[in-house]
Amino acid sequence: MALALQQLINGLTLGAVYGLIAIGYTMVYGIIGMINFAHGDIYMVSAFIAVTGFTLLAAFGVHSVALALFVVLALAVLFTSVYGWAVERVAYRPLRGSARLVPLISSIGMSIFLQNLVQLTQGARVKPIPPMITGGVDLLTVDGFTARLSYSQILIVLVTVALLAAFTWLIQRTSFGRRQRACEQDRTMTALLGIDVDRTISLTFMLGAALAAVAGVLVTMYYGVIDFYIGFVAGIKAFTAAVLGGIGSLPGAMLGGLIIGLIEAFWSNYLSAEYKDVATFSILILVLLFRPSGLLGRPEVEKV
Amino acid sequence: MLRLAGVHVHYGPIHALRGIDLSVRVGEVVTLIGANGAGKSTLLMSLFGQPRISSGSIVFDGEDISRLPTHLIARRDISLVPEGRRVFPRMTVLENLLMGAATADADHRETELARMYALFPVLRERLQQRAGTLSGGEQQMLAIARGLMARPKLLLLDEPSLGLAPLYIKKIFHTLRELNEEHGVTILLVEQNAHHALRVAHRGYVLQHGRIVMSGSGRDLLASAEVRAAYLEGGQRSAPC
Ligand SMILES: Nc1ncnc2c1ncn2[C@@H]1O[C@H](COP(=O)(O)OP(=O)(O)OP(=O)(O)O)[C@@H](O)[C@H]1O
Ligand SMILES: [Mg+2]
Repeated sequence: MALALQQLINGLTLGAVYGLIAIGYTMVYGIIGMINFAHGDIYMVSAFIAVTGFTLLAAFGVHSVALALFVVLALAVLFTSVYGWAVERVAYRPLRGSARLVPLISSIGMSIFLQNLVQLTQGARVKPIPPMITGGVDLLTVDGFTARLSYSQILIVLVTVALLAAFTWLIQRTSFGRRQRACEQDRTMTALLGIDVDRTISLTFMLGAALAAVAGVLVTMYYGVIDFYIGFVAGIKAFTAAVLGGIGSLPGAMLGGLIIGLIEAFWSNYLSAEYKDVATFSILILVLLFRPSGLLGRPEVEKV
Repeated sequence: MLRLAGVHVHYGPIHALRGIDLSVRVGEVVTLIGANGAGKSTLLMSLFGQPRISSGSIVFDGEDISRLPTHLIARRDISLVPEGRRVFPRMTVLENLLMGAATADADHRETELARMYALFPVLRERLQQRAGTLSGGEQQMLAIARGLMARPKLLLLDEPSLGLAPLYIKKIFHTLRELNEEHGVTILLVEQNAHHALRVAHRGYVLQHGRIVMSGSGRDLLASAEVRAAYLEGGQRSAPC
């Protein structure tokens, strides 16, 4: 019972992180109808910025966790949204209008480039940082096992909920959100109404990147270890989450993230931790085969 | 106000417009009629650079707009209500209207919204309904209202009566006339429904295979035997204005 509760907590935490990354996939897909395969690496870059940032701040004697977190988040969001913008400019915009596979390949190219860049400059070894937020709340003890909700888990969930609320408001209620949704539905028509479609697409890439950046910082703080490969793995899982929830759907991305997080947590605990990734990939294949529109997605074919 | 000179448009190997000369003066209603595939929609869309013209010039309000990006052309006082309405189906009626004035300030938006409610009372009752669930006629009115939200001096309409019941057609043409006469909006109207179009229009052009083959006042074209034979057979009796 306590063990299950613990897995529930761990799964939800992990799922929140996947959900944040999945939103970037889903938004970019929504607006240009293509998967941005360089998206997972944004999360990895952000994690490296976090490690470097936290280490430097500690070296300069900044001991306030809140301050360090704030500075690092700001830096990570800034850097990665510039990177998100650059990916769109370099890998997508020049290829707009060409066959669908072409920008896909160029985004994979961007991803490999970034992974190798980080591997070269940062080394291939795992990077650790000392735990920043320790402690937590003991919830339940059964047969000597105590389910524990750590403060960093609380932080991750709170930040995710806040971001999600802000994001939903942005998309549903603001003029930028209307433009964004209009571009999703009919880009030519949106341009005919005087809206700079390219700029809206750029902003979408940047917003998606910013969310992935937050996820990267949170994970670094949570696990305390990162390497240059985490972007690929987390990227594929978040991508699966986006597909499972229904690619193009914001609530779907979050729901998909939570489901993947939970499955992963329970699977590693009750079945096999080594094969936990198998679970995610099986889901990806099953969803693609049997319900390509996902849980909350709309079918590709629309009545006109 | 609008002047096209020697405009050519190609879609790859297809030569869709072959040297168009056309002008619209301030305060006019001008109609463009022609058979399916004549190039009418292409002409309207090319004014916005979708597609770009391969040669010629498009001058609006004294400025050559043929090289401007689409969204900057749209920010001039010119609005297009495109073929097939193209309302945003998953946005509400209100959101669609707001998109029409997305680049304007709040004051402008409120004034225009009030004007659209007066012009199209049905829309006001449906503000929170998704545009995709409106009837065809309601969608057409929404599309026109969205086009008007930007307060254009020149309104371009591509087959606003397409697929609509006679009652709606009547209403739409009535609205267009009102816009022109009372609000001073200049109109360039593409229509299959030549009979209606020529009756509201001051002047008309006939387009055939990408060329203008005839032009003149609405009345002259209505009376012309060729136009009658090609575009008016049956139309006269089925939907009197
Ligand atoms: N995107 C496109 N790609 C290739 N050819 C096109 C494209 N759009 C239009 N055409 C061609 O250009 C010609 C003119 O088409 P256009 O849509 O302008 O005709 P239209 O006069 O508006 O016809 P309708 O009355 O049926 O709407 C047609 O032969 C059409 O097949
Ligand atoms: Mg047409």
